[in-house]
Amino acid sequence: MAEIPEHLLRRSAEAKAKALGVPVEQLMTEFLGEAAPAAATAAEPVASPASTATTTAPAAPVIPEGVRTQRMLTVVRAKAIQGAPREPSDKVSTWPHLLAIEFVALLVALGLLIVFSVYQDAPLLELANPNEQPNPSKAPWYFLGLQELLSYFDPQVAGVLIPGLGLAGLALIPYVDRNRSIRPADRKFAIMMFTFFVMAAAILTILGSFYRGPGFNFTFPWRDGIFFDL
Amino acid sequence: MANGTNSGNGKTTLGERLAGVGDRIQGSEAWESIFRPGSPFRKGYTDSPRNRSYVVMNNVLYHLHAVKVKRHGVRLSYTLCLGGLTFFMFIVLTITGIFLMFYYRPTSPEAYVDIAALSTDVAFGQLVRNLHRWGAHLMVITVFLHMTRVFYHGAYKPPREFNWVVGVVLLFLTLLLSFTGYLLPWDQLALWAVTVGTNMGGYTPVFGDQVSFVLLGGIQVGGPTLLRFYVLHVLALPFIIVIFMSVHFWRVRKDGGISGPL
Repeated sequence: MAEIPEHLLRRSAEAKAKALGVPVEQLMTEFLGEAAPAAATAAEPVASPASTATTTAPAAPVIPEGVRTQRMLTVVRAKAIQGAPREPSDKVSTWPHLLAIEFVALLVALGLLIVFSVYQDAPLLELANPNEQPNPSKAPWYFLGLQELLSYFDPQVAGVLIPGLGLAGLALIPYVDRNRSIRPADRKFAIMMFTFFVMAAAILTILGSFYRGPGFNFTFPWRDGIFFDL
Repeated sequence: MANGTNSGNGKTTLGERLAGVGDRIQGSEAWESIFRPGSPFRKGYTDSPRNRSYVVMNNVLYHLHAVKVKRHGVRLSYTLCLGGLTFFMFIVLTITGIFLMFYYRPTSPEAYVDIAALSTDVAFGQLVRNLHRWGAHLMVITVFLHMTRVFYHGAYKPPREFNWVVGVVLLFLTLLLSFTGYLLPWDQLALWAVTVGTNMGGYTPVFGDQVSFVLLGGIQVGGPTLLRFYVLHVLALPFIIVIFMSVHFWRVRKDGGISGPL
């Protein structure tokens, strides 16, 4: 039997002393008295004198030759290390359930894109000419909402302040919205605000795309045609 | 084939021979080194819970998907696959973009000539250019729709706040990629759309002129701008966006997979 290191015995004795309310030294001698004969001779169990007032050390059991024994140093309650609550969850295997759906979605998207590309050619106008500005000249469609704003506000507001604040505000949404619930019924205000801004951006983009003609003046697409290239 | 099943006349038929070849290829050491245990392409794959786990776990897919996902997240109507489709569009754009790079010189008159030649001199050139352009517009749309989907599901709430921020960066990078690509055909549409767009950057207070100069490589859109936007479009921005995408996908899993159910 391997010798138990002194410091481990002391730690164990301290814990036990604290629990039972008896002095540490008494337990230490008890432990050592128990361990010493077993380690030293490993022969006769030393019968402790029954006259001792306090609890007596139990006799060390006889260990047959060639048998390995273990000593339990301490008991750690299972709760402390395995207590992670296991919530019941409703899960399915990624393969095949999710991967099959993703694969089909990917094929459908690719198919639609190819069909559209076969029938609709990307635009290519004449060679770039810095001396001849087309009228109207429009930004790519996702910036047309901003270009529309340019006709209402100062360029520093419409071109820098609003997109800058918009992007920063977008990034800050999770830190501003402290409501933890994800139920739509609990987040009416957040949904309302977001929908308002998305709708405003969409309307501005549509106005800039289809309702602006030469000189970026207001037109009706059904009257003057569409001044819009993708 | 020593122990193959023979048809009545003692000769192996062609079908049996082919099946034997397939078996031997699937059973070969090379094949097994490529397809790890649990792969449906491996010999003797059976549909069992253990193998279903292995398909993901023993695969590069494990970087994207957990072995199991919440049942409600698999419903098509929950995510509409928008994030996945955005990533797929990025892959399509990378492949078609590499093809286009073979035929394109980012210099002042040649750029236009090269793009025009795609429709006449290059097999499938026009189709690939169309795929690249429409795919790019589609990617902007799917990014935007993905963002609205995430908002309406409240999926940006703790612990996913930071992933929303990464997503906003990705939105911005997607717009920049699309915008830098817009100039490359070097036609009137490209030149003047980019002129209008970059003029807005020039309105930045205090250092607006410097911003504009750095963007354009001069005081107006010209040859240096073309080269600059080309390098940004094919190298710098894809490099950055791939880093942010990796973080984005990684965080989706670390933050506990898909949000919800509502």
